[in-house]
Amino acid sequence: MTAEEQDAAAGREAAAEDRRAGRDGSEGPGAAQGREAAARRLTSSRVLDVDALLDDPKTRIVVCCGSGGVGKTTTAAALGLRAAERGRKVVVLTIDPARRLAQSMGIDSLDNVPRRVKGTEDRRGSRGDSFKGGGGSRAGELHAMMLDMKRTFDEVVEAHADRERAAAILANPFYQSLSAGFAGTQEYMAMEKLGQLRARDEWDLIVVDTPPSRSALDFLDAPKRLGSFLDGRLIRLLTAPAKLGGRAGMAFLNVGMSMMTGTLGKLLGGQLLKDVQTFVSAMDTTFGGFRTRADATYKLLQAPGTAFLVVAAPERDALREAAYFVERLAAEDMPLVGLVLNRVHGSGAGRLSAERALDAAENLADPGIVDQGDGKAGLRNSPDTYDSSQPHASEAATGTDTSGASHDGSPADEERSVDRLAEGLLRLHAERMHLLAREQRTRDRFTARHPEVAVVDVPALPGDVHDLTGLRDIGDRLAAGAPTERPEPS
Amino acid sequence: MSRLQVVSGKGGTGKTTVAAALALALATEGKRTLLVEVEGRQGIAQLFETEALPYEERKIAVAPGGGEVYALAIDPELALLDYLQMFYKLGGAGRALKKLGAIDFATTIAPGIRDVLLTGKACEAVRRKDRTGRFVYDYVVMDAPPTGRVTRFLNVNDEVAGLAKIGPIHNQAQAVMRVLKSPETAVHLVTLLEEMPVQETADGIAELRAARLPVGRVIVNMVRPEVLDAADLELVRTVDHSAVARSLSAAGLGGARRGGNAEKLVDPLLAQAAEYAERHALEQEQRDVLGELGLPLHELPLLAEGMDLAGLYELAAELRDQEVS
Repeated sequence: MTAEEQDAAAGREAAAEDRRAGRDGSEGPGAAQGREAAARRLTSSRVLDVDALLDDPKTRIVVCCGSGGVGKTTTAAALGLRAAERGRKVVVLTIDPARRLAQSMGIDSLDNVPRRVKGTEDRRGSRGDSFKGGGGSRAGELHAMMLDMKRTFDEVVEAHADRERAAAILANPFYQSLSAGFAGTQEYMAMEKLGQLRARDEWDLIVVDTPPSRSALDFLDAPKRLGSFLDGRLIRLLTAPAKLGGRAGMAFLNVGMSMMTGTLGKLLGGQLLKDVQTFVSAMDTTFGGFRTRADATYKLLQAPGTAFLVVAAPERDALREAAYFVERLAAEDMPLVGLVLNRVHGSGAGRLSAERALDAAENLADPGIVDQGDGKAGLRNSPDTYDSSQPHASEAATGTDTSGASHDGSPADEERSVDRLAEGLLRLHAERMHLLAREQRTRDRFTARHPEVAVVDVPALPGDVHDLTGLRDIGDRLAAGAPTERPEPS
Repeated sequence: MSRLQVVSGKGGTGKTTVAAALALALATEGKRTLLVEVEGRQGIAQLFETEALPYEERKIAVAPGGGEVYALAIDPELALLDYLQMFYKLGGAGRALKKLGAIDFATTIAPGIRDVLLTGKACEAVRRKDRTGRFVYDYVVMDAPPTGRVTRFLNVNDEVAGLAKIGPIHNQAQAVMRVLKSPETAVHLVTLLEEMPVQETADGIAELRAARLPVGRVIVNMVRPEVLDAADLELVRTVDHSAVARSLSAAGLGGARRGGNAEKLVDPLLAQAAEYAERHALEQEQRDVLGELGLPLHELPLLAEGMDLAGLYELAAELRDQEVS
């Protein structure tokens, strides 16, 4: 099956499930709201209430996840700022922020420590009755930090080993390779840092950005993977052969093991194996196993008070990844609260279809057809043919005075350049409408598969965000959650 | 023309698409290219609309003019077993190792070793010759890890230097580095005309150069077509709204008087043009930044209908026209 077919199949399944749910009458609380939304727009997704989430004092951790390049870090920062300005004491943990975004929050120095962000405003009550208030009477605070994964790993070692042993571990080449480069280290250290921040209990709310994994799922798997490697059977075999060999039932393992250590030794060079053994035994005796820590982090993610937000853009790959993530979170009992859909396009002229805009552009491109003839067209006006509710066009233009705003050149020249511009405007609009249709198709595929997921649209901005004002603006858009104006179904 | 073409880029810039298009573009008449995937995402299979690729070189496309594109998804575990088989004739013992997690261990926990196996396989394909002494593949195109990790990935020698000081892995790393640092190799970076990918591209080039890896070209992907030119953008700011309304009306879109359908379109259409202008200016800024990198710069158009197989051939044709291949 191609991806398209899979999506279509998933859509059919979801639709069938909807029908079953309808017959049972077992609708969730969001179902009625969902139907109402469906009447307004093509898709039937629920709208995510971001402020309710941020204001709820029970919300202690918000995890933003999604594939790379969809604006995860910006979303995390905007949520953090909004929560702080609504009265909560927030720390935002970013993994790999764009330089200017980091600077906008004053964390361009990579030192692994939360810093207070200056320039936040107290906006409690600024939204009138809709404000529920998360932070009580005191004003909120925003802190932000950037993860330094090697530093975090070093700190874990330093915190759990005596000085001499810690120094030995830190100098071990195997440790150095592992702490800087293991495929899951960044993910693991992000979770480790999250655990540390949570344990300090200095903040009401921790907003965490997830690493730019090659796949969004890595971030759930990596801690376990690292934990099980360091704590796994192989490592035990490598480090404690004598102990295992003594047991009767393990004799066969012993044979396998000596063959294996021999092979690995040949392959990697004996030094490496020795380094691994030294490293693992040093690590193992100093703190109670990576697996335990990985498990604790994992449980923290399932705990009440943790909320997952999947971030995506209305593009095929990003939304496919988002759908997988939604399914995976459900399978792992991780609490998903909704989907943030970034960079959604809209149009103020959604009623003018792409086809009609292109036809009109053609008319302008070839003035011979319209402009130079006699009759109505010569009046530079045309009937309101695409909306019968409008009065007819015979009353038309108020004149042919185009010289009012003229600079130089004849009125006819100026008219031509305005026509050319208008043609461009129409082509631009046609492009926009095609884009909207594409985005709509993509998100329809997602909502068909996951109608239960609440969605909030964040309109596309032409540029990047560089300052708190920009982040605040995104926060407002996140909270507004209003569906972007869509083309009418035709 | 380098025979190993490595394609990297920030996540979301379409590096897999560009790598695939490049493999197609290089497969000119009578030529054969191998497209290599190293991160197990099956992105190539998706692009070529075929089933998931096994760990096996197979033909996935015929280029216009008759060249052939082969593809291979390298699985580091299987590559290691291959390798053990080649050097130690392990056979069944390899499976026992796998069962114990040794293969997992060796390929995953020590990233340098994993990378040596991946790059090693690609370099082997570059050097492979048939019985007549002719190269089996004229070009090998690698869909490499993203910009942030590509230098570390390619610079395997440094990575394993501290880990494996002697032994076959060490030797393999040396052999791989000889190919990667030679003119036989070119590393291309894919970017978009946006601030973050451009910044990352600049950083990535600096890193590659510091590691003395050969940097090839910068390929700007998904470039939007120019709809409004400079004169139009100037006019957008100054134009008399009622003149635009009359123009739209003349084009058949309704009344130009206040409240008429054409008149009602003016503000939203001009607002879209203003957005376009802002984005256009930002894109121009990023183009200038890329221009300062001193590398050959190429642009690939954004495909209006999204990416599909036809689009891939379109991009390949574009790359040929721009003499990237």
